[in-house]
Amino acid sequence: MSLYKERFDGRAFDEVRPIRAEVGIIPSADGSAVFETGGTRAIAVVRGPRTLHPQHMQNPQKGILRVSYGMMPFSVWDRIRPGPSRRSEEISKVTEWALSSVVDLSEFPNTVVDVFIQIPQADAGTRVAGINAAAMALADAGIPMREMISAIAVGKVDKTLIVDVNKMEEDFSEGEGSTDIPMAFTSRRKNIALLQLDGKISTDELKKAIEMGKVACEKVLEAQVEALKKSKSKGIENE
Amino acid sequence: MSNEERTIVVPGETLVSGNDYLPGDGAYRDGKDVVAQRFGIKNISEKLVRVVPVSGTYRPRKGNTIIGVVVDITFNGWLIDFGGAQNAFLSISEVPRYINKGELRDFLDFGDAVVVKVWDVKSRSVEVSMKMRGFGKLEGGMIIKVNPNKVPRIIGKEGSMVKLLKNSLGCSITVGQNGYVWIYGKSLEDEIKTKKVIEFIVDNATSIGLTEAVEKYIHELGESDFEIIEENTDK
Repeated sequence: MSLYKERFDGRAFDEVRPIRAEVGIIPSADGSAVFETGGTRAIAVVRGPRTLHPQHMQNPQKGILRVSYGMMPFSVWDRIRPGPSRRSEEISKVTEWALSSVVDLSEFPNTVVDVFIQIPQADAGTRVAGINAAAMALADAGIPMREMISAIAVGKVDKTLIVDVNKMEEDFSEGEGSTDIPMAFTSRRKNIALLQLDGKISTDELKKAIEMGKVACEKVLEAQVEALKKSKSKGIENE
Repeated sequence: MSNEERTIVVPGETLVSGNDYLPGDGAYRDGKDVVAQRFGIKNISEKLVRVVPVSGTYRPRKGNTIIGVVVDITFNGWLIDFGGAQNAFLSISEVPRYINKGELRDFLDFGDAVVVKVWDVKSRSVEVSMKMRGFGKLEGGMIIKVNPNKVPRIIGKEGSMVKLLKNSLGCSITVGQNGYVWIYGKSLEDEIKTKKVIEFIVDNATSIGLTEAVEKYIHELGESDFEIIEENTDK
């Protein structure tokens, strides 16, 4: 029997936190979006494609994607030292890899598309919120993408599998403790674009967790698509 | 413009199913389906399926009029930054007068603004020309940057909006499809007024009855003395 029988916030085990998504929040950017689940909020800004400097980093065959993730100092209870850290560099890199699996920059040789992700408020699952916001911002920037991408964190708290982990669940230390599995799926082919694991889990349970994540990502995708379509539905009949 | 209902699509969305259709700009084939590769408006004409972008950076197209700034000079032409992914190339042979090699700076120097026509778009180069009437170096006035996706609203139906601005504000306006707008008037006050009106159009680009709103806004800013200055078409 698992020690975690009921979730702290009363959600069902497969229920995601309330989502708020909005596109085009920063007028000066080429593309921008905000994605919120519960107490976690991510802002993504896309700039480019533009010429890449320094020149030796340019790829004459296709443009490159450059992601920078950062938590704001006031995003958690203890102040976070601003600037790059081991953790933020890691998340920037895995986000870049996840997004690279869907964007197609072959039309833009020697250029860079910059994605800036900022977390003004964190309650676990910031990297997945960042990926969700970045996918919307990239679409908003008109970057060619084969499909959308949506992400969710599945967790194991003691022996219970749960979807969309919050900070309290992530810090659960009784019994088997807490395992955090952030994952991202592409919208069309349902390929796994990101899969990380922090903790311990059996193979069978991991497979189950991935299936749960896949189902939950449908909810995320729905919110992303709705936000994108809403941002441009005004006034088009007029043009 | 088709009469078909305009639907907004997101990347990865199936546009149409069936092997008879051809994927065009912003679309690709995945098995039986033609799928959107870009965020935009679905457009099906005959068998060609396309996605027309609604946002993002400016993409040059053949025939576009654009405004840019000279950022580099090579031995046979100028490189022009127009806010796109790469710089445009203006060849020495695409300017209206003969220029000796090595004297390129006398005609166009670094930082000079130009209005040019997109002549050719290849995968890794954009070539522009200023040989036709109405194109050339921009002197005086000011250049403002607006969202390139809002440019059609500044121009209006068959140029009606630009005409309205020119007539009521007395400034000469050149709109580049890349979102750069050149304003040239008798006085700085006139130019600033015109700039405000253009920003008003961009901010309210999605509203219905924009022309009336703009007329009202111009009135609020105060009447100009209705003097139309000569247009800059001598180049």
